Amino acid sequence: MTTLVIAEHDNAQLKGATLNTVAAAAKLGGEVHVLVAGHNAKAVAEQAAGAAGVAKVLLADAPQLADGLAENLAAQVLAVASGYSHLLFPATASGKNVAPRVAAKLDVAQVSDIIGVESADTFQRPIYAGNAIATVQSGDAVKVITVRTTGFDAVAATGGSGAIETVEAVADSGKSSFVGREVAKSDRPELAGARVVVSGGRGLGSAENFKILDPLADKLGAALGASRAAVDAGYAPNDWQVGQTGKIVAPQLYVAVGISGAIQHLAGMKDSKVIVAINKDPEAPIFGVADYGLVGDLFQVVPELVASV
Amino acid sequence: MKVLVPVKRVVDYNVKVRVKSDQTGVDIANVKMSMNPFDEIAVEEATRLKEKGGAAEVIAVSCGVAQCQETLRTAMAIGADRGILVQTDAELQPLAVAKLLKSLVEKEQPQLVILGKQAIDDDANQTGQMLAALLDWPQATFASKVEVADGSITVTREVDGGLETVKLSLPAIVTTDLRLNEPRYVTLPNIMKAKKKPLDTVTPEELGVDAAPRLKTLKVTEPPARKAGIKVADVAALVDKLKNEAKVV
Repeated sequence: MTTLVIAEHDNAQLKGATLNTVAAAAKLGGEVHVLVAGHNAKAVAEQAAGAAGVAKVLLADAPQLADGLAENLAAQVLAVASGYSHLLFPATASGKNVAPRVAAKLDVAQVSDIIGVESADTFQRPIYAGNAIATVQSGDAVKVITVRTTGFDAVAATGGSGAIETVEAVADSGKSSFVGREVAKSDRPELAGARVVVSGGRGLGSAENFKILDPLADKLGAALGASRAAVDAGYAPNDWQVGQTGKIVAPQLYVAVGISGAIQHLAGMKDSKVIVAINKDPEAPIFGVADYGLVGDLFQVVPELVASV
Repeated sequence: MKVLVPVKRVVDYNVKVRVKSDQTGVDIANVKMSMNPFDEIAVEEATRLKEKGGAAEVIAVSCGVAQCQETLRTAMAIGADRGILVQTDAELQPLAVAKLLKSLVEKEQPQLVILGKQAIDDDANQTGQMLAALLDWPQATFASKVEVADGSITVTREVDGGLETVKLSLPAIVTTDLRLNEPRYVTLPNIMKAKKKPLDTVTPEELGVDAAPRLKTLKVTEPPARKAGIKVADVAALVDKLKNEAKVV
């Protein structure tokens, strides 16, 4: 039994989500291999080979793999899939995009977003925005799985000594092409893996007001997040959305500012270690999950908080 | 160009579901059911394409129990021209739905299939990608902008860290994200009109598709409950708690 983890990267850096996925793979028992499919991605393969518990890294390097197009990436996974009992993807935008394509081609079910491994064929996954946890068993010969990164503590990024093997890259599908990317540059930590997250909701009132959270995030070394309401209203960019259909986070500290706490939002953050809620409405549902709640005007509370932490 | 839009009947997003005491699933008896919100966005997008002259016909499809007819009527009230129900009382998992849709795509020959990215009940996020794979079509998931031009489609996608744009040759699969559009309010005259639109029913057997589930649900349990904490009086008290009790700052 050997598991193949499909690495998440940007051709230069291995993304942290890969290390959580390797941790899930390790729980299955058996060897763990990692596929790095990219372009000029040798450095990524080296990082993957250094991750604790990785026995082997397969590197497929070609221009048509540079941008993670689902058609090419799925074909690449299928090209190397034979012999593996489990194919694990991080449940990131990229993993969610590609994994079902692989599963359907193999004519097997996919188990999405697992948060626990009971055995090599039985897994736990949240359903209904995390309001229920299903334990599911797969009878398929190959298990295609996406891993919710907050469910598994990342393996160490160093200390491993996996071998790197170059594999042949698949041809371009010719059916899709990459046009461009608008990625916000930020010095803050990545939302999905941050130790502290400061999130704002509709209570902020405008994109301008949202900036009140910047000094707090700076002080705490936090990533910024947002509720769906704040994103829909244009106060914050889409990739900041925390919730059922956005990012799932579980930081050490989650500070919810002006967020009422719809179940869809709670689904994305309720596994945080410590939750702080600041809201002027004492009845807001967010107080039902917060360890520390402060009822008050966020425009007064937030600057005060910045001054005293 | 024909556009096919699959729609799923799910527990309404405002309902907080309860896990059954025998752990066999969640209790959906007497619970409000609605169209999956992402599918509503898909129907709206297809309808707008039609209104702009980019689509000749919009066909809504639903797979499941007889009551999915209501979901199809809603899709037709938004703007779909007709509906197809693949009727079964059996449990349908994403791979099975993708196979049923593939068989309808082969029959109807649409150039574009627009699906919701995820259903809010099983939260699987699989069907669109699986359908793309089975048809060997290109895909653009998590779409926030869609533009159709001669023989191709350009889609802006919501990804980790921002947005990316891909161009696909048609036929293709698109799955919707929240910011693609805001579905219109369904008016009474349109609800009345929708009742007269054609709705065909087929079964998985008639389509020759094996729709048996592959995953076995062993049990469904409550998530670990999180207890409400305390309310603090002011910022000083909050900082004190964070520093000395929780030790996170």
